[in-house]
Amino acid sequence: MRALTWHGTGDVRVDTVSDPEIINSRDAIIKITSTAICGSDLHLYDGVIPGVKPGDVLGHEFMGEVVETGLGSNLKKGQRVVVPFTISCGGCFHCKQQQYSACDNSNPVEKQDMSATLYGQPMSALFGYSHLTGGYSGGQAEYVRVPFSDVGPIVIPDHLDDDQVLFLSDILPTGWMGAENADIQPDDTVAVWGCGPVGLFAIQSAIVMGASKVIAIDHYPNRLALAKQLGAQTIDFRETDVREALMEMSGGIGVDAVIDAVGMESHGFAIDNMIDVVKQKVGMGFDRASALKQAILAVRFGGKVSIPGVYGGMSDKWPLGAMMEKGLQIRGGQTHVQKYTEDLLAKIEDGTLDTTFLISHRLPLEQAAEGYKNFKEQQNEWTKVILKPGMEN
Amino acid sequence: MDHKLRTGAGLSGIVLGAGALAFGAFLSNRHRNRGQDNSPNYTKRQPEGDHAQVGRSVTIRKPRSELFTYWREFQNLPGFMENVEAIDESGADGVFTWKIKAPAGRHVDVRTEISSEKQGEHIAWRSVEGSDIATCGEVRFKDAPGERGTRVSLVMSYDPPAGALVRAVANIFLREPQVQARHDLKRLKMLMETGEIATSVRTRGETRAAKQETE
Ligand SMILES: [Zn+2]
Ligand SMILES: [Zn+2]
Repeated sequence: MRALTWHGTGDVRVDTVSDPEIINSRDAIIKITSTAICGSDLHLYDGVIPGVKPGDVLGHEFMGEVVETGLGSNLKKGQRVVVPFTISCGGCFHCKQQQYSACDNSNPVEKQDMSATLYGQPMSALFGYSHLTGGYSGGQAEYVRVPFSDVGPIVIPDHLDDDQVLFLSDILPTGWMGAENADIQPDDTVAVWGCGPVGLFAIQSAIVMGASKVIAIDHYPNRLALAKQLGAQTIDFRETDVREALMEMSGGIGVDAVIDAVGMESHGFAIDNMIDVVKQKVGMGFDRASALKQAILAVRFGGKVSIPGVYGGMSDKWPLGAMMEKGLQIRGGQTHVQKYTEDLLAKIEDGTLDTTFLISHRLPLEQAAEGYKNFKEQQNEWTKVILKPGMEN
Repeated sequence: MDHKLRTGAGLSGIVLGAGALAFGAFLSNRHRNRGQDNSPNYTKRQPEGDHAQVGRSVTIRKPRSELFTYWREFQNLPGFMENVEAIDESGADGVFTWKIKAPAGRHVDVRTEISSEKQGEHIAWRSVEGSDIATCGEVRFKDAPGERGTRVSLVMSYDPPAGALVRAVANIFLREPQVQARHDLKRLKMLMETGEIATSVRTRGETRAAKQETE
């Protein structure tokens, strides 16, 4: 099959690789119809995630048609499914509590040691996201092997097209959980750092959850316009003192909840690299790690801090005093996708949520490398890229 | 276990004796007053006893009786223990031979007998005469709180094998036994909770089973 493979920093190519096969009984093979490039794929592209090997197939946002099933799968050939980026067994302690992204059993045993060293316990598995999270081949390909296919994939009714539902795989539930983790109350003013796809969905979710005011912070005019279109107020951090503005826009109280949808961006994942990069960046106007520091200072006493943005390593100069003295609630975590898919699919069907507004480009899979390059270098125009294996070149 | 209980003669008998001593120390630790510290002996910076000991616990969402029964059927163990090729009851009554993988397609034989067991609670074993490695081990099953299932703890005590030839072959078995124990127990957990052992390979040709066949 054809698949987008990683070869080194800034070097991804569409290659011919072996077709996936059913290995375990609960597996299914999906023929991909749509797959997206994610902001976190750029971490792999930039070479800042450890444990990526040349030839690894990337991609964790995908959907398609079931073409083969193991004996333990409950899917049927011909069904259209969206697949969560988190691989979860459904039977362990964490899955039973709907903490799907902390599944005990999806990351192969021999791959658990690295993250166990970094975090104290091993990570769960994700599709197409380095051997740290299992080394599973991703979905930027013609076909993909989906383990535990009786737990993750959600069957899509025919009247919804791919563009409407594809983002159930990651960024929609990630934005939703980002807002949920901010514990939004009806009178709340909520500030969201970063108007990338996750930030935009967090903004939309916060509005649906009834926040009285949502303030979006970025510097790309096109992304700020999309946030405005959703009903948010906006701050361009290149033109405005963000903390000062937030104090004024929250009536001198400080915002009730903050959501960091920026994450480490192109910072290193490895511990020492992380520290070095953070140190280098101190003093810049909008350092990526400093988005979170800024958020912690901007939130009111007793406020809520939600971190859907991805961080991997360590950070110094952390505002620990503000965290303790202000009595903050801080929540993060990879998204428990399977917990949200059913409810969010219903919200897409009844029109509460629109997911198509941020799609800027649709490309054939063969042009995936070009998609990566532009998504990285032209963030204002390339807001979200969908790859279509079946599309004419 | 009785410290005086020794069988065997010659070289392996000596090694076995040392192993039995270590195991005795491990067992007696459970009953000894150990001051203000309830941690297992194998987590001590300086474990008691003269011999290497490793231990690991895992919580599995299955009833105690089910896990005990599965483990007690020793033929099941190679299914999740990476280095164990086969376990057969052979020769003398109650003696099991563990065929352990070693480099270059070779293997070492560890011969054990059950030294103690209690239905649903624990199984302990020790090596007997003719074993290439002196070792003893114990697996314990305890109810975890609430709905969490069962805590399974594996503790193994062993002596580096005597004799250069055996040592060379057995080194692979003894390499990072702590890591081995952790991996083996995690695989058991996967098998019990999901019915399969997670793998990220894309094709059947890359699976462990397929690779072993071509070795
Ligand atoms: Zn993503
Ligand atoms: Zn699980």
